[in-house]
Amino acid sequence: MSNPAPTNPATSNPAAPRSFQDIILRLMNYWASKGCAILQPYDMEVGAGTFHPATTLRSLGSTPWAAAYVQPSRRPTDGRYGENPNRLQHYYQYQVLIKPSPANLQELYLGSLAAIGIDLALHDIRFVEDDWESPTLGAWGLGWEVWCDGMEVSQFTYFQQVGGHDCKPVSGELTYGLERLAMYVLGVDHVMNMPFNDPEAPIPLTYGDVFRQAEEQYSRYNFDAADTEILLRHFEDAEKECEHLLSFPAEDPNSGKRIVMAQPAYDQCIKASHLFNLLDARGVISVTERQAYIGRVRALAKKCADAFVQTPAGGWTPDTSKAPDTSKAEN
Amino acid sequence: MPDLLIELFSEEIPARMQGTARETLRKMVTDGLVEAGLIYAHAAAFSTPRRLTLAIEGLTAESPTLREERKGPQTTAPEKAIEGFLRSTGLTRDQLEIRDDKKGQVYFAVVTRPGRQAPGIIAEVLEKTIRTFPWPKSMRWGAGSLRWVRPLHGILCLLTSEAGAEVVPLDIDGIRAGNTTRGHRFMAPDEFSVTSFEDYAAKLKSAKVVLDSAEREEIIWNEAKTLAFARGLEVVEDRGLLTEVAGLVEWPVALMGDIAEDFLALPPEVLQTSMKEHQKFFSVRNPATGRIEGFVTVANRETADNGATILKGNLKVLSARLSDAKFFWEHDLRVVRTEGLEGMGAGLAHVTFHNKLGSQAERIARIEALAREIAPLTGAAPDLAAQAARVVKSDLRSAMVGEFPELQGLMGSYYARAEGLPDAVADACKGHYSPLGPSDEVPTDPVTVAVALADKIDTLTGFWAIDEKPTGSKDPFALRRAALGVIRLVLGNGLRVKLADVFAPRISAHVVNRYYSGKLDVLSALSDLQIPEDFKEGAELQFSGSVKAIDPDDYASAVEHFPDLADKLQDLLSFFHDRLKVFLKEQNIPYDVIDAVLSMPGADDLTLVVKRAEALTAFLKTDDGTNLIQGFKRANNILTQAEEKDGVEYSFGADPKFADTAEEKALFAALDRAEAAIAPAMQAEDFAAAMAAMAALRAPIDAFFTAVQINADNQILRRNRLNLLSRIRQICLSVADLTKVEG
Repeated sequence: MSNPAPTNPATSNPAAPRSFQDIILRLMNYWASKGCAILQPYDMEVGAGTFHPATTLRSLGSTPWAAAYVQPSRRPTDGRYGENPNRLQHYYQYQVLIKPSPANLQELYLGSLAAIGIDLALHDIRFVEDDWESPTLGAWGLGWEVWCDGMEVSQFTYFQQVGGHDCKPVSGELTYGLERLAMYVLGVDHVMNMPFNDPEAPIPLTYGDVFRQAEEQYSRYNFDAADTEILLRHFEDAEKECEHLLSFPAEDPNSGKRIVMAQPAYDQCIKASHLFNLLDARGVISVTERQAYIGRVRALAKKCADAFVQTPAGGWTPDTSKAPDTSKAEN
Repeated sequence: MPDLLIELFSEEIPARMQGTARETLRKMVTDGLVEAGLIYAHAAAFSTPRRLTLAIEGLTAESPTLREERKGPQTTAPEKAIEGFLRSTGLTRDQLEIRDDKKGQVYFAVVTRPGRQAPGIIAEVLEKTIRTFPWPKSMRWGAGSLRWVRPLHGILCLLTSEAGAEVVPLDIDGIRAGNTTRGHRFMAPDEFSVTSFEDYAAKLKSAKVVLDSAEREEIIWNEAKTLAFARGLEVVEDRGLLTEVAGLVEWPVALMGDIAEDFLALPPEVLQTSMKEHQKFFSVRNPATGRIEGFVTVANRETADNGATILKGNLKVLSARLSDAKFFWEHDLRVVRTEGLEGMGAGLAHVTFHNKLGSQAERIARIEALAREIAPLTGAAPDLAAQAARVVKSDLRSAMVGEFPELQGLMGSYYARAEGLPDAVADACKGHYSPLGPSDEVPTDPVTVAVALADKIDTLTGFWAIDEKPTGSKDPFALRRAALGVIRLVLGNGLRVKLADVFAPRISAHVVNRYYSGKLDVLSALSDLQIPEDFKEGAELQFSGSVKAIDPDDYASAVEHFPDLADKLQDLLSFFHDRLKVFLKEQNIPYDVIDAVLSMPGADDLTLVVKRAEALTAFLKTDDGTNLIQGFKRANNILTQAEEKDGVEYSFGADPKFADTAEEKALFAALDRAEAAIAPAMQAEDFAAAMAAMAALRAPIDAFFTAVQINADNQILRRNRLNLLSRIRQICLSVADLTKVEG
């Protein structure tokens, strides 16, 4: 394990975090103290924390929302067999979504950096233009990447559109790349050397102890072994199932309730998206096909968004059902 | 007279938008104020990442009272007309004045618009400015509907006069104008109030904000130079980066660091690009060796440790970035050593250039053939030009260009040298994209020129063949730039090439090949090909008859099958002529001269066109030139009218024996002399001499018109004189189409 002590700027602070999990726990505590519901990861394979229904779906409609959670994220093409100091096919994002975006969101965010041991008086924090767009989710927003001493530590976005719907009110989304941020705060040069739990714990574990083997196995799986025919079939199944679920009438004959199955359908959209990523990593999707696949996933995301705004959490009430849908984007 | 101070305080404005936003704010507000009747002495706009500021000096305190008179209908006009007038003026009938007019009594509306106080006007203008500000991209935030580039937090709007300072009352979606602002986000975040622009600028400075971006640029540049100088190094100048960095900080502090020894072997452009693109660092060069050895980063604050922590963090990020670059560099060199640059580009077969124009590899094959063909024109060895064409795009498959697309071409030249390819090939890798813009240098090396032309001509003819032409502001394939590139390559190197001859077989090949590789039913329509029921794509087909093959490169036979080929070719040439006009206009050759030259034969030989246009421009600047044009026009007008009237064309040649006056005889002689001089001069492309010969006609023509009446009663004389005018026209038009020249 590396010994960052003499060079780590944060060690001068007695309250500096000592491990990866310490940083996660501090973020949890911080955002809990700011009133966010601390959720758990979504139980599906996703490419980024944004895919969690707590972000994608909850950013739709007018119902206020404030949530924070860790989301394990998978990007099959980024696998490097655990050898690259900075790249992983499975990593963690910390995600905060608050709707409507509060006026002091930047200050709240800076407070979270202080909470994980970044001394704002010694570091250079900058908000550098970076507009966010997710072609698969039909979503975009404006914001920044946040730099700490020239290093990107977070994405900060004001959602403008999701699933083709204008966001009204606007959600503020914060995404922290946890490994990179933690490596910086802890002064670690290779992700696998990062202390996962306290280095002085009876059984100290590094990130590598926990994940190196998994990175190797998934790199091999992603690049060489995944059966592309099965993946393709699953993609098509997920697409079909998504559309099937959305074709049901809202009235459920069994319960007698109005139940729009937006979230189960959205699960299928998430699946399709991940399967597409796997196919992409296997190199079986050509440049021209790529756009077509992205378009298919986006079509699902849009339909799910259309469905979600027909649910109470998405702002549906028996009254709104009669009024024309005004949340739909004009363009 | 009062001064006005406006500050719009927001979350961080993208650096690239600040310059335009400053100017737009100044223009929108001052235009609005002036339109509402206020006058000001001076206005200056400023920006930092978090604020847009406008300071207006010497603003009038109120707008003048305006009296407006409008004439209405006659008092006897129908009721409807009078009612309409009342509606449009907002007056009642007893408020109208009745005045006597030539035709009777007429209603007049006299409206007095009282002057308004400045604050009311300012509030209106500023609100409109904020609500309609043309940001390239704007957003909403929270639960509101206001749009701004990022959330807008505060409006400072202060009118200052001898009497004191007053806040202009204004409330936009809950943001109330006040007299307060904030300093640096981290170093002086507290709110403070201001009383004037001077007070504002001074207080901002003590709150660690340099308001003026030009001053921030100066601070950054001076600090950077000083840091480098102290170590015997120099900062690589980069105006664009300087402006960008000044838009990212309110309180710039330059910090210098060294590039680790490991990375010094990387090409300087790679170091520079990586540092600039990812980190916004300035490069620091050792003037003795030319190597990039260090960097300057600009922080947005002072710290207790004098930036030590910040610099250390930046070094760490840089080291990770340069490790990547070094990995790409070494990886690419390995590929080149084992497979050669051509091998590096093998994967281009799988990269689509455009779905209607095939893969990059197919495109390269076309460029190779064309470069070989053009080579003799540029003075390049055909084999060398072909060799260069085969590898100039290979670096698109290199890891380095994958990461830094802006290094395309340059990396190719490094890799070509690493492989030991001829210098001309390496230079072509780097230079064949040039010229990229109107100010980019034109390559002169014959191999580079041949490949550069082939590349651009393939692109242009290809997109013309598939009807993907630029429209309005849309030019996604940068075809205007490509055409301008061809024009500058041809003119800059004085190349003599008839573009139509080069374009025709290319357009033809694009169209014919695409046609053949297209739908099977098309192919079967051309022959008696039978497609079996169970045919699967990719399977081989048996021809039972013979396909009448069209040679794709044979324009003449292809155009019989594809008549629109001729339109495409003509359209592409017109496109070139339009680009040429724009280009020559910048060289002070007027449009009418270009038109006069372009309608002459050989207009696809750009070097010839320009020679002719330059001679004509010079000619028209002389007295003889302008007068001759008058004489020519007069002759042409009389002749055209007579021809229309008589329904004949006077082109039989005038007979000197009917010459009646001395002036007429002199003109005959002058025309003979001019003809004798002009023909050989034109043959030799000595346009100046041809025009000088034409200029000699000025005096005889003028004298002729003064002394002779064309439309004489004697029909023989009249016809002969008209035929004489026809000779004038013919001789003049052999030099340029003077009917197109204005004046």
